[in-house]
Amino acid sequence: VIDWFATVVIVAALLAAAWSGWYVARDRRPGRPLLVGLAVLEALTLVQLVVGIVLLVTGSRPDQLATFVGYLVAAVLAVPVGAAWALSEKSRSSTAVLVVACLVVPVLVLRLQQVWDGTGA
Amino acid sequence: VPDPRTAHRPATASGPGRLLIAVYAIFAVAASARAGVQIATRFGDAPLAYALSAFAAVVYVVATVALARAGLAWWRVAVLACGVELVGVLVVGTVSLAYPDAFPDETVWSGYGRGYGFVPLVLPAIGLAWLRYTAPAARKRS
Repeated sequence: VIDWFATVVIVAALLAAAWSGWYVARDRRPGRPLLVGLAVLEALTLVQLVVGIVLLVTGSRPDQLATFVGYLVAAVLAVPVGAAWALSEKSRSSTAVLVVACLVVPVLVLRLQQVWDGTGA
Repeated sequence: VPDPRTAHRPATASGPGRLLIAVYAIFAVAASARAGVQIATRFGDAPLAYALSAFAAVVYVVATVALARAGLAWWRVAVLACGVELVGVLVVGTVSLAYPDAFPDETVWSGYGRGYGFVPLVLPAIGLAWLRYTAPAARKRS
């Protein structure tokens, strides 16, 4: 896709994961600042979805179109679904779900790039 | 309504169980999507591998749902799903290494889940340990 933007999304997701991990390590529940951070990450994945769709519409197509779209959509869903599950119980390990949800995003972005470049299965 | 006999045991969906369910849900979605794409686009290439992918996907979905639900029946379903998953990853992992020709394409359980950082191998073990920890009291006594 667009390499520099993918890197931005990955770095943002890793930062959000580390930040969530800090809350877990300190045994604190997520507060507003972290939620704002997660919202920023979510906004980035939405931008990535729009960019991906624009690229598809303007001509370039990966071989595995369905997989590509799947990764784009999954990246958008990961953080809100994970956050909903994490915030529905106030416990340390429930907060740790946020770390997992944030770490899913870089994996999806890397796979997205592989599918776009036509490398990897 | 919580069963008084089990009230002192943590529910499978509480505490660390929430983290476990989150990881199971990721595998349920990933395995289902992967199997769906494989079967829809190129089933003929590796029917055994793709059928196993679909089977693994169903097991992950059942395990995720069962772990997230309360009650003895769901607890038993979760034990069954995690047990099948453990057997599946061990058998498919071994067969895929012994007879690589039978698996022209990867499944979640190929090579004991090495394509997924061996999480498929560790996950059912953790799942079964968690189910043992949350075992309903009535079952423990018997």
